[in-house]
Amino acid sequence: MDTKRTVFPSQGLPYLLVAPQLIITIIFFIWPAGQAVKSSFEREDPFGLSTSFVGLLHYLRLFQEPDYLASVGRTALFALAVTIISMGLALVLAVAVNRLIRAGTAYSTMLLWPYAVSPVVAGILWWFIFNSSTGILPYMLEFFGLDWNHQLNGTHAMILIIVAASWKQISYNFLFFLAGLQSVPQSLNEAAAIDGAGPFKRFWTIVFPLLSPTTFFLMIVNLNYTMFDTFGVIDATTAGGPNQATNTLVYKVYTDGYIGLNLGSSSAQSVILMLFVIVLTVIQFRYVERRVQY
Amino acid sequence: MVENRPWLTFLTHFVLICGVVIVVFPVYIALIASTHGPTALSSGMMPLLPGAELWNNVVQVLTEQRRGVAPFWLMAWNSLWMAIIITVGKIAISIISAYAIVYFRFPGRVLAFWLIFITLMLPVEVRIIPTFAVVANLGMLNSYAGLTIPLIASATATFLFRQFFMTIPDEMMEAARVDGAGPLKFFRDILLPLSRTNIAALCVILFIYGWMQYLWPLLVTTDPKYYTLMMGVKRMAAVADADPQWNTIMAAVVMAMLPPVLIVIFMQRLFVKGLVETEK
Repeated sequence: MDTKRTVFPSQGLPYLLVAPQLIITIIFFIWPAGQAVKSSFEREDPFGLSTSFVGLLHYLRLFQEPDYLASVGRTALFALAVTIISMGLALVLAVAVNRLIRAGTAYSTMLLWPYAVSPVVAGILWWFIFNSSTGILPYMLEFFGLDWNHQLNGTHAMILIIVAASWKQISYNFLFFLAGLQSVPQSLNEAAAIDGAGPFKRFWTIVFPLLSPTTFFLMIVNLNYTMFDTFGVIDATTAGGPNQATNTLVYKVYTDGYIGLNLGSSSAQSVILMLFVIVLTVIQFRYVERRVQY
Repeated sequence: MVENRPWLTFLTHFVLICGVVIVVFPVYIALIASTHGPTALSSGMMPLLPGAELWNNVVQVLTEQRRGVAPFWLMAWNSLWMAIIITVGKIAISIISAYAIVYFRFPGRVLAFWLIFITLMLPVEVRIIPTFAVVANLGMLNSYAGLTIPLIASATATFLFRQFFMTIPDEMMEAARVDGAGPLKFFRDILLPLSRTNIAALCVILFIYGWMQYLWPLLVTTDPKYYTLMMGVKRMAAVADADPQWNTIMAAVVMAMLPPVLIVIFMQRLFVKGLVETEK
C-alpha cells in the first residue's frame, strides 16, 4: 500500500491518530461480528445461564426451514425487481437529460432530491398512496376492477415495497448514469452519426457498452441497497407481512433476533448475510481498481 | 447534440416530464394531504388541489402531545443533534486516521487500514443483536452517545481523505518540514485548509446519512426522550390505521423530510461531489 515519498518520523503520534477510529471499529464492528459468528455455533438455554456448542446445527436447520428458504427467494425477487426498475428508469432519464443542453440542470435538480428522502419516509409516502381507505391509487385501480389490498394480499404487499424502494433509488442511479454518460467521448458519437447511425443505434452500439463499468458498479450498489438499506421501507409499510410475504432476509434477522429473541438462528442468518456483503464488497473493490479505463 | 431531430427532442422532454411527475408524485400527494382538514381525507376520493389548513396542521403537529411519541420539537432536536454529531465525528476521526496512514510509516499501519476497510463489510443490519448487546453493556442505551458513537467509524470517509491526500504533491510536505513545521502544524496549516471542499462535500452527505438513520435509533432507544424524527413519524403513521389523522401525519412527514431535501436542492454541487467521490 502506497504512502508518501517522505514521511514524518513516527513515535506515538500515528497511533494516537488512528486510535479513535480503530477503537470504535473494534468495539462496535469487529467484536459484535465475532460474537454473531460465535453464537451461531452455540445454543443458549432459555434462562441464558449456560451455552453449549452445537456446531452447524443452526445453519442446517435454517436450510431445512421452508420459511427461511422462501425468504431467500423473496429477497432475490425483491432485489432483482428494485435493481432493474430503478436502474432502467434512471438510465432512460439520464440519457434524456444528457441530450439537453440548457434545460438539463433544471431537470436534474428535480430528479435528484428524493435521495434525501429516508427509506422510512419513502415507505410512509407510498403506504399513504396505496392505503386502501383513503389512498389515491387503489381508488384508480378500482376502475380497472382491481381490488387493491396490501394488508391481505401478499403480491400487492410485495409490489408496494418494490415501488417504494425503487422510487427512492432512482435519484442515486440517475446521478451515476449521468456522470457516466458525460464521460463518453462526444467524438465517437459524431463519427457514428457521420457513418449514418441513428440515435438509437448509436446508443446501443456505442454509449451503452461504454457505460458498462457504471452499470456494473450500480448493480452491486443496488443489490447492497435492496438487501440492507430497505429495512425502513419494509418496517414502515408491511412489517414483513401479510403472512411473511415481504419478510426479507434482513427483516427476518431483526424479527427473529430482536423481537423473537431466537439468538442462535438469528446469528446464523447474520453470518450468512455477512458472507454475502463480503462477497459484494470484494467484487466492488476488485472492480473499482479497473474502473478508470475510459 | 449531433443532429437536430425535433421529434426526438420532443420525446426527450416528454420522458423527462413523465420522470419528474413520477418522482414528485408521492411528495405532492403528501403536501396536498397536509393542507387539508381531517374530514377531506376520510371521505373516499382524496383531493388533488391544496386546501387551506396547512398552518393549522403544522401548529397541531408542533404543539400536540401524542401518545407513545415525544413532542415533535424534541424529536427534531434529537435528529438534528444525531446528524450533527455523526457528521462531525465521522469527519474528525476519518481525517486524522487517513493522515496517519498516508503521512507516517509505522508498524501495524497496513493492519489498521484493513481493520477500517472491514467496517464496509459489516453494516448494522447484519450484526443487530450483538451490537445492541455491546451498547447495552456499556450503559449507552437511551443516550446521545449510544445513538451516535457506534455509527461514527467510517471507511468511506477515511478512503476519501486518503485518496485526496495522495494527490497532494510530496513537495508540499517536504517544504513544510524544511521550514521546520512538525506533523501537527503541517496538518493544521496545510492539509486542513486544502481539504476544505472535501470536508464540505462530506458534511452534506453525512448529514443526510445521519438524519436518515432509522434502524439504529430504533434499537438503542426505548425512552421517548431520545426518539428521532424518523422513528416518530413511523410511529405516528402506524397508529393512523385505527385513528386516521392523515392530514397531521403528512404534515409531520413533510417537515421531517424537509431539512435534507433542502440541503440537496441548495447545495447540489457539493452533494453531487460528495456522493460521487465517496463511492470511488
